[in-house]
Amino acid sequence: MSIKLTARQVDGVTILDLSGRITLGEGSVQLRDAVRDLLSKGQKYILLNLGDVNYIDSSGIGELVSAYTTVRNQGGELKLLNLTKKVHDLLQITKLYTVFDVKDDEASAIASYSRA
Amino acid sequence: MPHSEEEHLTGQQAGRITYTLESSLDSVNKVEQTAEQLAKKAGVDEDEIFRISMAVREAAVNAVLHGNSYDPDKRITASFENTGSALVIKITDQGRGLDPATLPDPLAPENLLRGSGRGIFLIRSFMDEVHFRQLHPGTELTLIKHLGTAQTGS
Repeated sequence: MSIKLTARQVDGVTILDLSGRITLGEGSVQLRDAVRDLLSKGQKYILLNLGDVNYIDSSGIGELVSAYTTVRNQGGELKLLNLTKKVHDLLQITKLYTVFDVKDDEASAIASYSRA
Repeated sequence: MPHSEEEHLTGQQAGRITYTLESSLDSVNKVEQTAEQLAKKAGVDEDEIFRISMAVREAAVNAVLHGNSYDPDKRITASFENTGSALVIKITDQGRGLDPATLPDPLAPENLLRGSGRGIFLIRSFMDEVHFRQLHPGTELTLIKHLGTAQTGS
């Protein structure tokens, strides 16, 4: 009941490839720790690839929101890539779809960061 | 260890199955899986199975986390029934009680960026009926999904 997380760098943006379930407990904590870790290393342009995340609960949604605000408060940008239909629908009904910058193509997502 | 049992099947009558479980994430997962099986058996489609099992998971999370605060001395109960016309799932906790009227609206602009507070909203979004009952102490949540006429259960 947890997620797999892999980080890679592309043109100054850190892409976190996630797979599994982001739910209360381990999944949410792993995501939180990973984002904190990146910020502590000064990597504040973050793209969360959720293409293999097939399940997220209210705790996971909350964690995405917290990650978004934490990164933004540090002058960075956090965007979402490749939402599955379930995650897309959940962000729609919670009215978060317009809060997040959601991308469906990695290259154009990378190009969209401001990188001051 | 005041209690040694991890879970206890407390009743099985007239198609209703009731579990008494400790306040843990394992219990949340078990309740979610049982709801998923109930929905599958009732013949509802994949999207509905997801909605039902997620709503039930959120109710179990509420009971374990907000109701019982992971207290090892407190239990949750989860009961599952296919009445033929509806799936009825009841989750109880032994916490301080929950007044749904006091819950902030997670869709309000000032709450949109909060890191929590979406559980009950999702439950209401995904189920046809949601009822709260105060148990003094504790709360009982009843989640109901009406089955279509073509879905008579099994």
